[in-house]
Amino acid sequence: MQINENGEFRPTIVAFCCNWCSYAGADLAGSSRASYPADVKIIRVPCSCRVNPMFILRAFERGADGVILCGCHPGDCHYSTGNYYARRRMTMLFGMLDYLGIEKERTRVEWVSAAEGAKFSATMNEFVSAVKELGPNRKLRDLRCKN
Amino acid sequence: MEVNELQKIGVFVCWCGSNIAGTVDVAKVAETLKNEPGVVFSTDYQYMCSEAGQLIIKNAIKDNGLTGIVVCSCSPRMHEATFRKTAEAAGLNPYMVEIANVREQCSWIHKDMEEGTEKAIILGRSAVAKLNLNTPLIAGENPVTKRALVIGGGIAGIQTALDIADAGFEVDIVEKKQTIGGKMAQLDKTFPTLDCAACILTPKMVDASANDKITLYTYSEVDNVSGFVGNFTVDIRKKARYINTDVCTGCGACTEKCPSRKTPNEFNMGLDTRSAIFIPFAQAIPNIPSIDKNACLHFKTGKCGICQKTCGVNAIDFEQEDEIVTREYGAIVAATGFNPIKVDKFDEFQYSQSPDVVTSLELERIMNAAGPTKGKLVRPSDHKHPTDMVFIQCVGSRGESCREKGYCSKICCMYTAKHAMLIRDKYPDVNVHVFYIDVRTPGKNFDEFYRRAVEEYGVDYIKGMVGKVSTRSNGRLLVQGSDLLANEQLLLETDMVVLATAIEPDESVKDLATMLTASIDTNNFLTEAHAKLRPVESPTAGVFLSGVCQGPKDIPETVAQAGAAASKVIGLLCKDKLIANPCVAKSEELLCSGCSVCANVCPYGAITYEEKEVNDHGVRETRRLAQVNSAVCQGCGACTVACPSGAMDLQGFSTRQIMAEVDAICK
Ligand SMILES: Cc1cc2nc3c(=O)[nH]c(=O)nc-3n(C[C@H](O)[C@H](O)[C@H](O)COP(=O)(O)OP(=O)(O)OC[C@H]3O[C@@H](n4cnc5c(N)ncnc54)[C@H](O)[C@@H]3O)c2cc1C
Repeated sequence: MQINENGEFRPTIVAFCCNWCSYAGADLAGSSRASYPADVKIIRVPCSCRVNPMFILRAFERGADGVILCGCHPGDCHYSTGNYYARRRMTMLFGMLDYLGIEKERTRVEWVSAAEGAKFSATMNEFVSAVKELGPNRKLRDLRCKN
Repeated sequence: MEVNELQKIGVFVCWCGSNIAGTVDVAKVAETLKNEPGVVFSTDYQYMCSEAGQLIIKNAIKDNGLTGIVVCSCSPRMHEATFRKTAEAAGLNPYMVEIANVREQCSWIHKDMEEGTEKAIILGRSAVAKLNLNTPLIAGENPVTKRALVIGGGIAGIQTALDIADAGFEVDIVEKKQTIGGKMAQLDKTFPTLDCAACILTPKMVDASANDKITLYTYSEVDNVSGFVGNFTVDIRKKARYINTDVCTGCGACTEKCPSRKTPNEFNMGLDTRSAIFIPFAQAIPNIPSIDKNACLHFKTGKCGICQKTCGVNAIDFEQEDEIVTREYGAIVAATGFNPIKVDKFDEFQYSQSPDVVTSLELERIMNAAGPTKGKLVRPSDHKHPTDMVFIQCVGSRGESCREKGYCSKICCMYTAKHAMLIRDKYPDVNVHVFYIDVRTPGKNFDEFYRRAVEEYGVDYIKGMVGKVSTRSNGRLLVQGSDLLANEQLLLETDMVVLATAIEPDESVKDLATMLTASIDTNNFLTEAHAKLRPVESPTAGVFLSGVCQGPKDIPETVAQAGAAASKVIGLLCKDKLIANPCVAKSEELLCSGCSVCANVCPYGAITYEEKEVNDHGVRETRRLAQVNSAVCQGCGACTVACPSGAMDLQGFSTRQIMAEVDAICK
């Protein structure tokens, strides 16, 4: 989280992108100059199924305001079934966040193909404004992790 | 942040002309990243990927004794390989390179210099944080056994074997029946050109048996498969034929003299009978008989032995036993084909009750000149010439009940049009009616073919389903159906009913898939590694798919896929060594509890278990531990998250590396 000079809230957003579809989709967003807020920082993973829900909790603990997981569309996974695993795991995580009383809207799963540069940027724009709406993440933040 | 004391990192910020430098203050990025842990060198340059840029990197590595480099540049999908080579040329391990994507993910999408620079620094910082935890990775090498195994000797298996042999590699075909040929050997004429199946198939069968690169194991099955891509070991069970195949000449005298002649002839779909010692059909390959133990009088009563007395070369061997041969292969192709489903559950069509209700494959035998009726179309019950025939489409296909298949069997519309046309051509006096749900004839010259049946041959196509078939007192059949277009109920008296039965994968495929760690879908068809991009590879490296075992297909499609599978096999066997991707899963033995969760989620069957002795803080014991086969693992990481004890990790994308990136971004 950051508050700039104008008092504007600039969220920290972590985006996990699978190497084969979403990361390529982000590249396409770049080469087609489809802009999205600089708040989004991408971490490349081989497959959405590499993302442990723990990574997401870790990001929140460290001060992220939103975490988005992007993978290949169902049926298109490079490793055939990885995104199904990711979807199930994330469903579990959503349930847990809900149970703990934490805004699960700060986490999201999206399927973005390598051809969907425009969708990638639209998704990020939309997610960032949704997180901005929610305000800074305070609940999950580990107070010992000073900033 | 975790810092590897021994890491000496160099940071190289590329301008990409003005592509990056236009929105990112590259000098500031280089300057700021100098303060990151582990970084001992940092610079910027106009084009890092150019020869001059690469030289800067190489020199910096040598001069500063760098252990790893971060390049802030375009997407790793663009130049990661370039910079890995550069690093390698300067003596670094190629996996000690990380790319911060500051072009596609930063300069190209942000307009504000301050914002862009700030983000580029964070992306660089995150790459440095990851690189601090990188370890040199060595790509493993495995030798390749230059021999292929094809399981199934139908047209798919034969074509694949011929193509592989053509490229100069040895290939073995394992066929569970007494002869190769598969279903195509049973067909009469084939759509869309109506050439006779035997005329185009039997030369290929002869080619396969004459080819000195091809070894046929007929009447044989795969008992066990172990190993992995390039290095499979397979046990083949050669079932006892009770014939010494080395001396048998295939003269056939024994089959003529055999007194036990009442066994339903499988090749003719049970429409006639065969002897206990038999050759499936005249052009069988190999043309050698085998004894059906269940029908043979010698095996049943201990008497007889006429075949033994008849045989001029003393080839009959009642003592023969199954033989297991073990062979090594570099690649395996599954070509196990299909079978029509059993239709006895479809009581409404009277298949079990009336001999005049036949399946399409039975009709192929009836129409075949070498078949039980010598190709004469007769009513099976009384061998009279029929005047009316009704075809029912989609029997068991596209249904929802448990006796039906949900999918379209694809070939039935075309072969029914073929049957109807052939009958009308040869016997213009026979009226042919076809009940259909839809006519599906996509394919080159396929729709034209169907229209010819309707327009030139006057076949009566009726859109609608048949509700009931019953036998009349005059011996004919009564078909009750509906005509959906005319919106009326129909009653047709007919001599024969032909059921276009759904096809399903051979039942052996389930066991085979387990042995090969290949996966099957809910309909038991073998699944491909990628439905669009890798249609002839199974998800298991080194296992390929050919023919109907992967999904319903006609002969042209089967042959095309067979050739494609062969070319993939050839591509594999051409290599002397397989270089494995080193970014694969690895299990920490002291943490592993042997629970099998990782193996269950692995789409490639790369994880096995071994009893191993461990030394857990002084305690020596034997434990069941997960072992990743790095030649088979594709590095998706599914197992790493599934592992409940945190033993599984992915090299190159380890949990600590990803966490470090997260921390660096959220700092
Ligand atoms: C009635 C009918 C009519 C048809 N007419 C036409 C037509 O006119 N034109 C056309 O293009 N197509 C036609 N077809 C489709 C054609 O038959 C198939 O496309 C073709 O036979 C597929 O070949 P395959 O090798 O994949 O399978 P198969 O022919 O089934 O061959 C598979 C082989 O593998 C063997 N096998 C199975 N399991 C194992 C195992 N575990 N170990 C060892 N061996 C094993 C089997 O014994 C068999 O010999 C027709 C099909 C039917 C049913």
